[in-house]
Amino acid sequence: MAKEVSPGVKALRKVVDDVHADARRAHAEGKLVGWSSSKFPCELAAAFDLDVMYPENQAAGIAANRDGEIMCQAAEDLGFDNDICGYARISLAYAAGKRASRKFDPETLEYIINPNSGKPLKDENGNVVIDPETGKPKKDPKTQVPYTVLDDIFEIEALPETTEKEIAYKNFRREAIKPYRQMRIPQPDFVLCCNNICNCMTKWYENIARMCNIPLIMIDIPYNNTVEVHDTNVAYVRAQFDQAIKELEKLTGKKFDQEKFDQACANANRTASAWLRVCDYLQYKPAPYSGFDLFNHMADIVTARAKPQAAEAFELLEKDLEKAIKEGTSTTPFPEKYRVMFEGIPCWPKLPNLFKPLKANGVNVTAVVYAPAFGFVYNGLDEMARAYYKAPNSVCIEQGVDWREGICRDNKVDGVLVHYNRSCKPWSGYMAEMQRRFTKDLGVPCAGFDGDQADPRNFNEAQYETRVQGLVEAMEANQAAKEGAEK
Amino acid sequence: MSIYTLGIDIGSTASKCVMLKDGKEIVAKSLIAVGAGTSGPQRAIAEVLEKAGKTEADMAYTLATGYGRNSLEDIADHQMSELSCHAKGATFLFPDVHTVIDIGGQDVKVLQIDNGVMTNFVMNDKCAAGTGRFLDVMARVLEVKVEDLGTLGSQSTKYVGISSTCTVFAESEVISQLSMETNKCDIINGIHHSVANRVAGLAHRVGVRDQVVMTGGVAQNIGIVNALQEQLGHTIHTSPLTQYNGALGAALFAYQKYLKEQKG
Repeated sequence: MAKEVSPGVKALRKVVDDVHADARRAHAEGKLVGWSSSKFPCELAAAFDLDVMYPENQAAGIAANRDGEIMCQAAEDLGFDNDICGYARISLAYAAGKRASRKFDPETLEYIINPNSGKPLKDENGNVVIDPETGKPKKDPKTQVPYTVLDDIFEIEALPETTEKEIAYKNFRREAIKPYRQMRIPQPDFVLCCNNICNCMTKWYENIARMCNIPLIMIDIPYNNTVEVHDTNVAYVRAQFDQAIKELEKLTGKKFDQEKFDQACANANRTASAWLRVCDYLQYKPAPYSGFDLFNHMADIVTARAKPQAAEAFELLEKDLEKAIKEGTSTTPFPEKYRVMFEGIPCWPKLPNLFKPLKANGVNVTAVVYAPAFGFVYNGLDEMARAYYKAPNSVCIEQGVDWREGICRDNKVDGVLVHYNRSCKPWSGYMAEMQRRFTKDLGVPCAGFDGDQADPRNFNEAQYETRVQGLVEAMEANQAAKEGAEK
Repeated sequence: MSIYTLGIDIGSTASKCVMLKDGKEIVAKSLIAVGAGTSGPQRAIAEVLEKAGKTEADMAYTLATGYGRNSLEDIADHQMSELSCHAKGATFLFPDVHTVIDIGGQDVKVLQIDNGVMTNFVMNDKCAAGTGRFLDVMARVLEVKVEDLGTLGSQSTKYVGISSTCTVFAESEVISQLSMETNKCDIINGIHHSVANRVAGLAHRVGVRDQVVMTGGVAQNIGIVNALQEQLGHTIHTSPLTQYNGALGAALFAYQKYLKEQKG
């Protein structure tokens, strides 16, 4: 039976669908569509009514749809190093016109099905049907899909359209591109880059701008080695806001609309407040949902923060959660035995593998570091500059530890599971020291595992399972010791 | 009536069994030099039962650990990670232990122990540098037996640095030293320091506190133990049962689980 989806989650899904649909429509109508880093001040683009897509969110979607590897390899074939962030590689391959597509026969225009794909076929009693010839489970033909191949949108567009056969072939090849929304976003007319979230971003966006020969509007946020943001740093960012406005005026041919900007700021604040309140529901024990759900709602907080619809959808989700608490229900499909903070971005291509041992051991993710990363509320431009100065990779370790330990305490975690993400060296780099501090300050065990947010080649399931099991056993021993001390 | 429990540790390169009587006395042990996915586990189990003159049915509780632990669902009553089992085994052998360094076939782990239980741990990343496999590769290139590395390394008179972390690049470095006719004992000593550097880096992440105990097959290599002592500035304790430590921990947990089940 399909899982029941709450009104708030439905609304949140619609918000993201609409953002994508609006961008595709704008592109079809010849309007400008930009690509933006996740924590670029979206309020600026909103003041100019610009449609914006988010490559980080797109890459996460592509990776979750199991096309991260083919796109990463495409970027590597273009000359980008395997050590570069997986999101960047996927995005750069996409910007270069590369697409994950379904394999088909050019003569018959029929898809070529991958016999290894699909779920096991089950009989009327729900038992897996075994193929007598191979001794292996038979595949359910309804769930089988074509082979995945790499295609190139520019190659497709350059194809001739003289004969009927040529037209049919060209159209089929266009159609064969994977149909999910992240593989169908329009090419960019400009890029908006703010490197608060990551420093690789700067070169990533410079490359897109050069490849596509489009303007790059850049807001540089240096690493902040103090907890407070100094006034000179605020002035540096404010000046860049002014410069970005000038560049956007030049790009759009419009004057900056103060009223629209103020409205966008109000919307962004409203969304962020609702998002924070939603995040706080993870403090309940047992939690009414899982941090993995928050990962899914990241799409909204990233792509639609300055839209009233996003605020409304989060407010609706808040009501759903309030109801869940009253009724004692949870979206987590197992009883919550342990609560952990999941540190870092998930391995999107391996989400089921990540979830499996957690579910088997009753481990619910009740804390993630995204809450403070996107839940910022400000009043006026100076505060806005300060807010954009603070992102997971732009703050000093004291601030980073403080954020996390606050969430761990509030959300009552028993342990910490750290993703050493090959794609994100700055984030993973200071995790060893953070782990030490979590154990010392909070008295909870930590376990780290290697993986990648988008490239499945960097994850090993057996190693991950051992580490999760080790963490569970350490949490169990820790709890037993605490109970023993209490007695 | 005595209670017999069996601990089985299926590693990547060896299968080990320890049979305990009443959770404290080692009745028999076995070791087969092949691990997960081979005939090793079954042979190790058969051998330990034969040595003790017991059958599977005589075992009150059997617990499997190690990389291949999930392949023994038919035999074992329970599976646990090798992390907890190494902590348990080391605490049995050295009650005052606070840090366990285990170098296995493809894993290096450093465990923090408080009051006999594992409270934190770190493991190597996906790279096999500093593991038993690293030493296997080096022994092959040097045309010596891996078990002789410790003795040969102790005869070194000159320090030769092997700086590469990567197994493949370190192998090239060793080959280049051999082509320069560097004394094999000096190269081996350099290899031991290279492993110690890597493992010490990992140990510092979780913190090193006395008593420090080293377990796993590599703990039999005195060259590595000495190099690591030097690096960490702590005395390292080892046991003749080092290779059986994971299986011993599993047998101890098996006894604990048995008692818990009996209670209720």
